[in-house]
Amino acid sequence: MNSLEFSLLVWLGGVAAGFLGSLTGLGGGIVIVPFLALWLGVDIRYAIGASLISIIATSSGAAAVYVKEGYTNFRIGMFLEIATTVGAMAGAFLAAEVSPSAIAVVFGVVLLYSAYQSNRPRPERPENAAPDPVATFLKMDSSYPTVHGPQSYRVSNVPGGFSLMFVAGTLSGLLGIGSGAVKVLAMDQVMRIPFKVSTTTSTFMIGVTAAASAGVYLSRGYIDPVLAMPVMLGVLAGSMIGARILARAETRILRIVFSLVILALGADLIYNGLTGRI
Amino acid sequence: MREWSDDRVQGVIGTLLRWGVIFAALMVLAGGAMYLGSCGSTIPDYRVFRGEPPELRAVTGIVREAASLNPLGLIQFGLLLLIATPLARVAFSVVAFALQRDRTYVVVTLFVLAVVLFGLSREGSNTVVPPERFAPMCISSDAPPPSFHR
Repeated sequence: MNSLEFSLLVWLGGVAAGFLGSLTGLGGGIVIVPFLALWLGVDIRYAIGASLISIIATSSGAAAVYVKEGYTNFRIGMFLEIATTVGAMAGAFLAAEVSPSAIAVVFGVVLLYSAYQSNRPRPERPENAAPDPVATFLKMDSSYPTVHGPQSYRVSNVPGGFSLMFVAGTLSGLLGIGSGAVKVLAMDQVMRIPFKVSTTTSTFMIGVTAAASAGVYLSRGYIDPVLAMPVMLGVLAGSMIGARILARAETRILRIVFSLVILALGADLIYNGLTGRI
Repeated sequence: MREWSDDRVQGVIGTLLRWGVIFAALMVLAGGAMYLGSCGSTIPDYRVFRGEPPELRAVTGIVREAASLNPLGLIQFGLLLLIATPLARVAFSVVAFALQRDRTYVVVTLFVLAVVLFGLSREGSNTVVPPERFAPMCISSDAPPPSFHR
């Protein structure tokens, strides 16, 4: 397989990953690393470098749209980025210290968790919790557009969400993923932020988080231009197509199928990591 | 002067992000097309991790390679533009919060900016780019493995 054929294959894989990732909300980065490492035999560090690049592109592109729609709470985003960027640096430095096998195992576990998290039911919560002093000081309480007009919300447990965001950042830097599943867990479950605000703010934060670790990866020589090029262009194209048809697509079955794929990839990565094949 | 409401700030941020991604993608596409045009028939090998040459790691080296129209340098420069896109968004937010006289968030955004810049600037300290060296034209399995390692 020469460079032209290889690039084409990686590009097609990127389109598929970006397409499914944006349709299901799980993100394209989460399958790019297993695709490159398990199927194409790419060293996992190169795969992670290329994946980081692609998630900066897709999250920035998506955030550009969301931020204008008024769902994104950029104060919450900015504040929590302290935790995710510091975590991302820690993860990126950690990536050089631990063995590729260990990275594969951790990656597998995160995949299993993401599949679970995206399929669990989201219980309704009581409206209008008591004002939280930290959230009030940081001007986090806000409102978001609904069909019935602006709906206000309050934010709680900022320290809890902040700590979890550090974990999300570390995983992002270590694995080259957006760790949207952990970010949404922190905002939606711990800080009690409405789901739509949580997901769009998570997307908004992913670009900066990934940029923090991408800088470290670049300087380490983990970002190969010839590999990153088709990955970035493919995932970007795929996620743009996915976002176009998202509004009228029935995503429930697709989400289940994609979750099963992620479960299989997670198990495969854990197996390969434990047996030392990666 | 119009006031810097949150809505207006968000509008500028959206535009900034969109054009950053478009510009970076076009740069990567141009470099990629040039690379595959001249090196498309070489055999790539990513099974063995070798790391990129110093010319393609540090900002100074990448800019020089891109200026000399090395396809690999152009792709890497596009990737650098992409990394700079969310960074530009944070930098703009610092200014916006300052105009809103929101001191807490000026400090918050400055901190985030410093962390990301620290990650990027480390390359300057741990990689010295010799001025006479240039990046290889094609990356292939038969190229001699670089002598340096992390």
